[in-house]
Amino acid sequence: MTQLLQHLLNTLVLGGTYALLGIGLTLIFGIMNVVNFTHGILYTFGAYMMFIVVHQFGLNFFLAIPVAIAAGWLLGAAIELLLLRPLRGSDIDTTMLVMIGAWIAMQSGALWIWGGVAKSVSNPFPDAPLVLGPVSVSWLRLFVLAAAALLIAVSYLLINRTKLGKAMRATFQDSDTAALMGVNVSWIYTSTFAIGSSLAAAAGALLGPVYVIFPQMGDLAAVKAFAIVILGGLGNITGAVIGGFILALAEELGAGYVSSGYRDAMGFVIIIAVLIFKPTGLFARAERVG
Amino acid sequence: MNRIVTLLCLLIFASVPLWLQDPYLLNALITTGIFIIAAMSLNLLLGFTGQLSLGHVAFFGIGAYVSALTALGFDVPIVGDFHVVHVPWPPVIGFVLAILISGFCGYLVGRLSFSVRGAYFVIVTISFAEVVRLVALNWVELTQGPLALTNIPSITIGLPGLGYLVLKTKLQNYYLVLAVAALSYFLIARLVHSHYGRAMRGLMENETLAVAVGIDVTRTLTLAAIISAGIAGAAGSLYAHYIRIIDPDVFAFITTVTMVIMVVSGGKGSLAGPVVGGVIFGLLPVFLRPIMPPEAQWITYGGVLIAILFVLPRGIVPTLAPLLGLARKRGATSAKAIDVAEEGA
Amino acid sequence: MTVQSNSRETMLSVENVAMQFGGLVALSDLNFSVREGEILSLIGPNGAGKTTAFNLMTGFLTPTRGTVKYRGTALKGLKSHEIADLGLIRTFQRTSVFPRDTVFDNVLIGLHRQGKVSLLDAMLGLPRARASERAQRERAAELVRWIGLEARANDLAGSLSYGEQRLVGVALALAAQPKMLLLDEPVSGMNASETHTFVQLIRNIRDRGVTILLVEHDMPMVMGVSDRIVVLNYGRIIAEGTPDVIRNDPAVIEAYLGQGARQVSKKVAAHA
Repeated sequence: MTQLLQHLLNTLVLGGTYALLGIGLTLIFGIMNVVNFTHGILYTFGAYMMFIVVHQFGLNFFLAIPVAIAAGWLLGAAIELLLLRPLRGSDIDTTMLVMIGAWIAMQSGALWIWGGVAKSVSNPFPDAPLVLGPVSVSWLRLFVLAAAALLIAVSYLLINRTKLGKAMRATFQDSDTAALMGVNVSWIYTSTFAIGSSLAAAAGALLGPVYVIFPQMGDLAAVKAFAIVILGGLGNITGAVIGGFILALAEELGAGYVSSGYRDAMGFVIIIAVLIFKPTGLFARAERVG
Repeated sequence: MNRIVTLLCLLIFASVPLWLQDPYLLNALITTGIFIIAAMSLNLLLGFTGQLSLGHVAFFGIGAYVSALTALGFDVPIVGDFHVVHVPWPPVIGFVLAILISGFCGYLVGRLSFSVRGAYFVIVTISFAEVVRLVALNWVELTQGPLALTNIPSITIGLPGLGYLVLKTKLQNYYLVLAVAALSYFLIARLVHSHYGRAMRGLMENETLAVAVGIDVTRTLTLAAIISAGIAGAAGSLYAHYIRIIDPDVFAFITTVTMVIMVVSGGKGSLAGPVVGGVIFGLLPVFLRPIMPPEAQWITYGGVLIAILFVLPRGIVPTLAPLLGLARKRGATSAKAIDVAEEGA
Repeated sequence: MTVQSNSRETMLSVENVAMQFGGLVALSDLNFSVREGEILSLIGPNGAGKTTAFNLMTGFLTPTRGTVKYRGTALKGLKSHEIADLGLIRTFQRTSVFPRDTVFDNVLIGLHRQGKVSLLDAMLGLPRARASERAQRERAAELVRWIGLEARANDLAGSLSYGEQRLVGVALALAAQPKMLLLDEPVSGMNASETHTFVQLIRNIRDRGVTILLVEHDMPMVMGVSDRIVVLNYGRIIAEGTPDVIRNDPAVIEAYLGQGARQVSKKVAAHA
C-alpha cells in the first residue's frame, strides 16, 4: 500500500511537468497543424539553459528558471520565423521534414557544444526528503510540482482570459474567419509556437535538475508529448493536463509493477493503442481551445 | 531516366571494384548500397504512395535480427521450463525469412495504421519502431540486448555442382548487394508502372477521386506497405551478414532520418532519387570525416535537408532530369506509339 | 438506343429519404427514381438541398431515414470504391483531376476497374500483364480522343483550363465503366460554347447506354438536355416531370422567381 502511495505521489510530480509538455504541443499542433519535431529539443534546451545559467553565469536557481523559459520562448519564435513562416502553405510533409532537419541539427549542436557526458544542475534544496507519514518526497520535486501547477494555471489564464488567448482560440476554430475579424494570424502562429516552445523549455528546466542533462534527453520527451496530445485531443488543454497525469501514472505503475526497462515504452504503447481503438483520442478534438 | 541510362549506371556500378582499390571506400560503398535498398523501399511508401512512414527502420532492423537469429540459432525460455529452441540454419534461409517476416510486419502496420491518417500515422509509425527497439533492448534472452548478436555467419551460396561459396570478401559482398539492389530497383520499377502503381499514385494525388473510380484504399496501401517492408527486411538481412554484429542501435530513429534524407534529397517519387540521394549521403560521411567531427556532420545533414526542402523541394533527380533531357516520355495517344516495352526507368 | 419505358430497369431509387444534421432538416420525403437510359436532372434554388441529395445518391452520406438503392442494392454501408465497382460513378465539381499527371495518365488511372492483373504478373512483366497494359493504353487513347482532348494528352491535368479539366473528369468517369453516371454541376463555370459541347457529350454518353443524373443550376442547359426533371425546394420535391411540364409549373416558377414574376417567366419560357 505504501508503495502504491509512493507511486501516486511520484505520478503527481511527473504528471505536472508532462502536462506542461503536453499543453505546449497541443497548442502548436492544434492551432498550427504542425507536427512539431523540435518540441523535444526545446525541452533539452530548457534543461541546458538551467545548467548554463546556474553553473556558468552563477545565477540563482530560482531566477534561472524564468530565464530558461524566456530563452525557450525566443528560440521557439526564431524557429517559427526562420523555418515555418516561409513554408506556410506547403504540405504537411514538407513542414514535418523541415522540423526533423532542425531537430537533428540542433541536437547535434548540443552534442558538439556540451558533449555526450551527462551534466547535473545543483539545486538549493536540502538533500533530506520531506517525510509525510508513509511516503517521502524530495523538496526539489515538491518545488517542481508547485512550479508546474503555477505554469499550468498561467497557461489557462493566458488562453481563456487574455486578448491573445482569445485570438488564439479564434484561429484554432477557423483561421480564415479569424483573419477576417482582424486577427493577425501570422503573429498568432509565431506567438503560439513561441509559447508552446517555452512550455517545453519550462518542463526541461524543471526536470533537468531532478534527473541529469544530456543531448538526447528530449527524444523521449517528444514522444511522450505526442502521446499526451493524442490522449487528450488536439487543442484540448484540459485533455493535455489529464493526459499528462495518465501517462505519468502508466509509467509509474508500469515501472513499479511490470518492469522498469519498459517504463519509457508506456508512452509509445499508449499512442499505438489509443490511435488504433479511438483514432480521435480519448477526448475528441476540442470544439474550442481551452 | 530511360532504359539506356539505367543500364549504363548499372554497368558503371558493376565495374567499380575493378578500378577502386581502396578497401575503406569499398566498404563504404557496400553499406551505402544496403541503405540505398532500404531507401528505395521507403520511397515506395513515401514517394509513390504518399505515406510518411517514419518507422521504416523497424522493418530494416527486424530483417537484420530475423536473419541473424535464424543463422545463429537461439534458445529462449518462454514460461517456466518451456524453451523455444532453434538450431542454426543457412543464412540464405535467414534472408528469405527476413523478407517474409518484415513483409508481414508491414502488413500489420499497414492494416492498423491506415485507418489512422495524416500526422497521426507518422506518430504511430515512429512509436512502432521505438517499441520494437525497446523490445530488442530488453528481451535479452532472445536478442542479447545491448551485448549484441555477434559472429553472424556470412551468406553462403550453393552453386550446383561447384560446392559452396562463402561470401566473405568485400568484393563478393559488393556484388551481392549490387545484385539485390538491382533486383529491388527492377521490381519497384515494374510495380510503379503497373496497374497497382497507378492506384498508389491516384491515392497520393487525389484520394477522393481515386476511390470514386474504384481504387480500394486499404488494399492498395497495405500492398505498398508489405512490399516496402519486405525489401527493407532484405536490406537488413544483408546488413546483418555483412557487418556480422547487430545490436538494438540498428533501430535508432537516426537511421530512419538518414533514409528519409536520402529519399527526399534525391527525389521522392522518382525511381533514381533514392539511388542518387543514397550515394551522396552514404559517401558524404567518408569525405567529411577528416574535416569535421560526427556532430558537425549531422548538423550539416540537418541543414542540407532543410536547404533542399526550401530550394529543391522535388529533389535532385526530378529537378535535373528534364534539364539533361532524361525525363520520361509521358503517355502517348497514337495507337502506333503504344508500346508497353518502352516503359523504362 | 431507345428502350421501351415499361421494360426499363430502375437504376437508382430514392425511397422515403430524409436527411437531418443535428437539429437541421436538410431533406424530407424524398421519393423518386431514375430509369435506365434516361437523363434526369435535379434542380432547385440555392439552399434547396441539391448538394445533400447528391451526396446521398453517391453514397457519400447515409440518409437519416429511408434508403437509396442502386439497381436494387442499398448503398448504405458500402465504401466508395465498392459503389464504384457496382458501376455507379460520380464526377466532382472541384478537384476533378489528378493534377500532377498528364491527361492521358489521368484516364489510365481511371481505367483501374478494367485493368486488374495479378501482382506477380505485374511485377515480373509477364505476357498477360503486358497485354492488359496495352489494352488499357489503347482504351485510354480512345477516350482521350473521344472527349476531344487529343491535343492536350501529354499536358499535366493541373495546367488545363477549368472547362478542360471538367472534360478530363468526364473521361475519368467513363474510364471507370459506369452504368450510371452522377454529374455534380458539370457545366458550372463554363461559357456558352463549352456548355454546348458538353451537352452533346452527355447525349453521346447516354446513347452509349449510360444512365445519367445531373445536379445543375444552368436552366437552359437543363431544359435542353433532360428527359425528366426533379425540382427541389426547402428540402422537398415540389415538382417532377418533363421539361415542358416543369417549365410551366407554377410552384417551380414561384420557387425560382417569386410570386410576381409568374407572368414574366411564362413569356420567357415560351421562347426557350
